[in-house]
Amino acid sequence: MRKTVNQRAWLFILPVLVLVAFNAILPLMTVVNYSVQETFGNNEFFWAGLIWFEQVIESPRFHDSLIRQLIFTFSILAIEIPLGVIIALAMPRKGAWVSVCLVLMALPLLIPWNVVGAMWNIFALPDIGLMGYGLNALGFDFNFTRQIGDAWFTLLLMDVWHWTSLVVLLAYAGLVSIPDAYYQAARIDGASSWAIFRYIQLPKMKRVLTIAVLLRFMDSFNIYTEPFVLTGGGPGNSTTLLSIDLVKIALGQFDLGPAAAMSLIYFLIILLLSWVFYTLMMRNEE
Amino acid sequence: MRARRLIPTVYIIFLMLPIYWLLNMSFKTTNEILGGLTLWPQTFTLENYVTIFSDPTWYMGYVNSLIYVSINTVISVAVALPAAYAFSRYRFLGDKHVFFWLLTNRMAPAAVFALPFFQLYSAVGLFDTHLAVALAHTLFNIPLAVWILEGFMSGVPKELDETAYIDGHSFWSFFIRIFMPTIAAGIGVAMFFCFMFSWVELLLAKTLTSVEAKPIAATMTRTASTSGYELGLLAAAGVLTIVPGAFVIYFVRNYIAKGFALGRV
Amino acid sequence: MARITLDNLGHAYMPNPVNPADWALQQLDFEFEDGGAYALLGPSGCGKTTLLNIISGLLVPSRGRVLFDGEDMTTRDPTARNIAQVFQFPVIYDTMTVRQNLAFPLRNRGVPAAEIDARVREIAEMTDLTEMLDRRASGLTADGKQKISLGRGLVRDDVNVIMFDEPLTVIDPHLKWQLRSKLKELHRRIDRTMIYVTHDQIEALTFADRVVLMKDGGVVQIGTPVELFERPAHTFVGHFIGSPGMNLLPCIMAGDTAMIGDTPIAVANAASVKPGGALEIGIRPEFVGFADRGLPVQVTRVMNAGRYRIVETVTQTGQTVKLLASNEDEVPSEATHLSFDPAFTRVYRDGWLAGEGRGA
Repeated sequence: MRKTVNQRAWLFILPVLVLVAFNAILPLMTVVNYSVQETFGNNEFFWAGLIWFEQVIESPRFHDSLIRQLIFTFSILAIEIPLGVIIALAMPRKGAWVSVCLVLMALPLLIPWNVVGAMWNIFALPDIGLMGYGLNALGFDFNFTRQIGDAWFTLLLMDVWHWTSLVVLLAYAGLVSIPDAYYQAARIDGASSWAIFRYIQLPKMKRVLTIAVLLRFMDSFNIYTEPFVLTGGGPGNSTTLLSIDLVKIALGQFDLGPAAAMSLIYFLIILLLSWVFYTLMMRNEE
Repeated sequence: MRARRLIPTVYIIFLMLPIYWLLNMSFKTTNEILGGLTLWPQTFTLENYVTIFSDPTWYMGYVNSLIYVSINTVISVAVALPAAYAFSRYRFLGDKHVFFWLLTNRMAPAAVFALPFFQLYSAVGLFDTHLAVALAHTLFNIPLAVWILEGFMSGVPKELDETAYIDGHSFWSFFIRIFMPTIAAGIGVAMFFCFMFSWVELLLAKTLTSVEAKPIAATMTRTASTSGYELGLLAAAGVLTIVPGAFVIYFVRNYIAKGFALGRV
Repeated sequence: MARITLDNLGHAYMPNPVNPADWALQQLDFEFEDGGAYALLGPSGCGKTTLLNIISGLLVPSRGRVLFDGEDMTTRDPTARNIAQVFQFPVIYDTMTVRQNLAFPLRNRGVPAAEIDARVREIAEMTDLTEMLDRRASGLTADGKQKISLGRGLVRDDVNVIMFDEPLTVIDPHLKWQLRSKLKELHRRIDRTMIYVTHDQIEALTFADRVVLMKDGGVVQIGTPVELFERPAHTFVGHFIGSPGMNLLPCIMAGDTAMIGDTPIAVANAASVKPGGALEIGIRPEFVGFADRGLPVQVTRVMNAGRYRIVETVTQTGQTVKLLASNEDEVPSEATHLSFDPAFTRVYRDGWLAGEGRGA
């Protein structure tokens, strides 16, 4: 589209800017403020330079949370993206069942996050939860409140349950946009199912998959509520992901300085990683 | 062919299992739940639901949530519409940077804003109001709405605008009477996503409220910790939070496949 | 190469067709000869794409059979029929180069690499793609991509018939002519049966040796382009083909003579006209001229069509008759008369040419 140059367009975006600036710039200014100051109570602040940043970056607690977060994010990406694509490929392209399937699949996406956590908490309990009870009945010694492995298993399973449908819906949208003629031509060319996937379906899904990966990456890196309600970060702090740790420090301990520094570092990390992801995927499109 | 159909079927069964379990529990008494595992209620009871519908502490939670979600959706989409139009039709100083900056807000971890929002909204006297949560959520919803709407708008050729001006429409007359109906699907998608995100978010909603505007999510967590495990009640409350979502999906079911393409595919 | 026979073919998209309107394809009995260039011409919805897909095997007909060289292929897969199809918009494998695109059908059939290379080069030369062989297919223009689609059909030497489903739809107008000529040239060169579906009469008439004109699921006329032009079997043919289309004037038969109002008109098929039915005289503007005697008319409009002019006249009963005049001819400005070339003037009964087929 040829866009005309029009500086008055700023008036159109003014309401958006005001609202977002109010919510973004003001709080961030506060955060930056806290991150470079120290207080000993009494509302007295004085300049502390970068010591909070140093403290956070060097703290083993932060390292651990970051590593847990990275493991979590990359694990769910590795599971949800392929799984979502496989399910989308297996779905019929037309017909009455499609609507029903899509509606049912979309359901987990609209459940408040605390309910997701609570649901899985109950579901996984060894004595009264279907899954917990069932796994134990099958011979596994399953207790997600006590055993780290079980906690991670439940955490990952919960996220897969919660968010894979987003990937399915996006991938499906990309698939149905492929005109029939492509499949017809492939039949005539004698292409195998794998060739059809590789040369027709996958290329056409590239754009939607980029969106899916970016969204899942960002949201999983920022996740708070579901794991918090599920495990509270435990057992111990084995499932304490970055956001959970941050909230503990900020709202729990009211350590404003470190919390602020950690917030900024956290935000920077995700901006950086998102930018890297985005550039990599855009370059792939060329 | 058969094996293929199995995959979505198994997946859907997997999705329905925890929901079924929640439903199951919501119709039982807490005694029965704690007594042992049963696949369906031995003593079917509607007691939990009755409590929720009759106790204001409970049902006001839903009302509060619905209120701030609606306010948020309206605000987000309303301000996003002109902004998306500007990004779609015009070039102006800093346009790409502003657009990108907007998207970065969608990426922000809510946890980073928990404490600052608490202080900010308290400072402006909005603590514990529906407006506070609605406004707080716009941080994430406005960028999303702008992104979605811009995608749909870019699919509408400029010739439509130009024809309308030639026909004598003023800008707003054109925008409201011609342009918006054209991108109705996009508006629907944007509203859907705004509703969805605001309805499910808990951290900020809990941080910014205490009594007056307390969302249902907060009520539920309170129950779990203070009065011990009233599991049946909790389960019923959970089931009821799924209902609005199910409604919304049902209404947009025809757009789900297309809409998720966000107009950009 | 094959002879394709359509035997009692019919197709309905709904499960229980009742009226003729439910059938997308009415009764069809026709044979495509080996090596011929055919066009399936008709307005949108006439069933031509349905027919094409039945022949290629992408659709199984509700009734009847499709035979390739006498063998019943009605339910067989497209791959078993050895056909190639070029679609309305270019269908290419974006991630591959042009060379890989052309090689794809041969690779799937396990053809040895050396042979693939030779064939690809041959086809690239035929379709003027040689310079682009190693470019990414997605980088070509629309007509280049259609050539790739075409090339993929040509590269296999076991192809019986190549089918085109409105292939020039997305091509720029000034390139359409080029591609059309290329197709015609290719047909002469490789001598394979080609079936070309279109709603554009120019494409059909310039490409095909024989044209199948369709309407509402049925065949209206089959013939060479000249036959369709000079001797339309139905008023629809007269109106669809030619620009402007054929003039149709209601008439009556007075004994053996056709009359429009009080004017007798000499027609080619007067003797074959049986009584009854709605009678019309059909005459193309190309065969109408000004005269001192004949049908009295008044000139109402002269339109410039570039190399000639289209003159509109109106009869005493209000019927419009169009004729062509060269740019140099003088067009009378008042009342005048029209003469019709008797060899090309015919009577139509209920739309059909009187004396033949359904007009008999």
